[in-house]
Amino acid sequence: MLPRTGMGLDSVRAIVGRDLDFSDRFEIITLPAGDSIRLAGTGTPSSTRSSSTRRSGGTGGAGGAGGAQSTTALNYPLYQALGADFALDVTAAGDTTVLTLHDIAASGIRRTVRAQLPKSGDPSFRMAVHRLADQALQAALGAPGIAATRVLFVRDGKVYRIDEDGADQQLVSSTDRQAMSPAWGADGRHFAYMEFQAGKGWLYLQEMATGKRTAMSTTGTALDFTPAFSPDGQTLAFSRATEDGTDLYTINVKNNCCLRRLTVGRFSDNLSPTFSPDGQRIAFVSTRPGLPQIYVMAADGTDQQLFAPFDYGVTGASNAPEWSPDGQSVAFHRDVAGTLQVFVLDVRTRTVRQLTSVGRNEDPTWAPDSRHLAFVSDRSGYRQLWIIDLETGRIRPLLQQSGERLPAWSPRLSEASSSNP
Amino acid sequence: MKSVSLFLALGLGAAIVVASSCGGKKPAQTAPTPNADSAAAADKARQDSIDAANAAAAAEAERLRRQREADSLAALSAAAGEVRNMLASMIHFDLDKSNIRSDDMGALDQKVAILQANPDLRIRIGGHCDERGSDEYNLALGNRRAQSAKQYLVSHGIDAGRIETQSWGEEKPLVDGHDESAWSQNRRAEFEVVSGGDNLRRP
Repeated sequence: MLPRTGMGLDSVRAIVGRDLDFSDRFEIITLPAGDSIRLAGTGTPSSTRSSSTRRSGGTGGAGGAGGAQSTTALNYPLYQALGADFALDVTAAGDTTVLTLHDIAASGIRRTVRAQLPKSGDPSFRMAVHRLADQALQAALGAPGIAATRVLFVRDGKVYRIDEDGADQQLVSSTDRQAMSPAWGADGRHFAYMEFQAGKGWLYLQEMATGKRTAMSTTGTALDFTPAFSPDGQTLAFSRATEDGTDLYTINVKNNCCLRRLTVGRFSDNLSPTFSPDGQRIAFVSTRPGLPQIYVMAADGTDQQLFAPFDYGVTGASNAPEWSPDGQSVAFHRDVAGTLQVFVLDVRTRTVRQLTSVGRNEDPTWAPDSRHLAFVSDRSGYRQLWIIDLETGRIRPLLQQSGERLPAWSPRLSEASSSNP
Repeated sequence: MKSVSLFLALGLGAAIVVASSCGGKKPAQTAPTPNADSAAAADKARQDSIDAANAAAAAEAERLRRQREADSLAALSAAAGEVRNMLASMIHFDLDKSNIRSDDMGALDQKVAILQANPDLRIRIGGHCDERGSDEYNLALGNRRAQSAKQYLVSHGIDAGRIETQSWGEEKPLVDGHDESAWSQNRRAEFEVVSGGDNLRRP
């Protein structure tokens, strides 16, 4: 299913329907009437039930005022017979959008959400609808969704952002200088990135809403790259390349000060830090075994040790680790027979499994639900961003363009954090 | 020209100055009398002709010197361009490696000689990678390559303070393409002049 990006072309119903589909927690089947959609379970532990969405006239009009009333008169036995567990009504009552989730088995309404959405041309419209979809998912399954999230990525040396459903792509780079490695702050209101400038790599912190950017303390003296925020947003870890090689450092974000060195590689490089969600540990890449592999240490730089096991002389280079928001996994890519594949490390058992095998696949980034990954793949013939659901194995392109790379998936975006300038 | 005249005035002219002041202001009228004054006048006349001859010779010498200078400026300029080209010649690396290849040592030795012959010259070495590795890892690898080239120059006696380094990872490919030919050309270190590169002397 491909997104339409024109505001006027995409109704609330279509956006919510696609969001629920992209959650990979429902099986959605359109009924013969064409106006209702049935959702069947996908066999995952969290959604063994099947679900169904029924949609009544979403564009207002006749459905309008009577919408909420008519949904209570849903023919539950019919939906039960169809094997549906849920039906979702999206109706309009004046300027209020009403979302009603029916529990088919219980023959009643599970939850009703009323929202005054911005006008469809408003920059905040889509994110408001995505939040509605997440509320529906939360009501049905008790789990938070990922519809109200965005992905930062790099194309032609510039940083862009895009909604998780592939709509509303926007340039967020504020200069023409070449940029790399965007990373979200934990609050979703800031991001950091690296910019080439006068032979150095500069790290900048930028406010998403205003575009205001600040050079990080001590940057500009060397090649600084791969910034990563600590979960509390207080610390920025990054790689710094000097004549001694590349090592990991941190600075205090709030006071923009207090450079601290975490690794002393001497004859090896240490780079690409990623914090555990409790902020206690940092996974990173180290070339100390010869080829780059995935290591881990305490956040203060002590207790450095191998993280993702490998066979010396056999396993290829491993890079680009990202710790999952639930703390249980670290995704990374590894050279397999001359091309890159996405792997996932189980943090508890320290075992790895290969996730991809078609084409070249790299730079994975976790969705806040810790079950979806966005990554770069050339499986279609050119490099573009794809999203895979680890539970179902379902995969979809994030957008139909080429040249995207270095994706970074946002945390869940609250109303405040997703506001536009 | 001026330096030549000045030399005569100071050296041979010392006695003349004394003679002139003794002989008063009309040396021509006293010429028939073979006295000290007329001898001085004769000396003066002889000296004047020597001066004139010297001046002519000096003018010719100056003309030749300017000609030689013009010729050598052209030569220097040509040499500077040649030196600049030698300095800018790239070196290359094996896949995921940063060690200097033996076939590049000659080019680096040449850069050492150029840096030695031009003490004001400062350069920047940029490390680059092919597109096959990881995008971010390649920044560290490009840095290793630039440092490796710098280390070679430093170990051959060049002051480390004259050499800056930077890494572009795989962000600035020299050749577009997705085959070994393109990759091998893109795994490189580039050398550029930071300052002191205006009239490069041949080593």
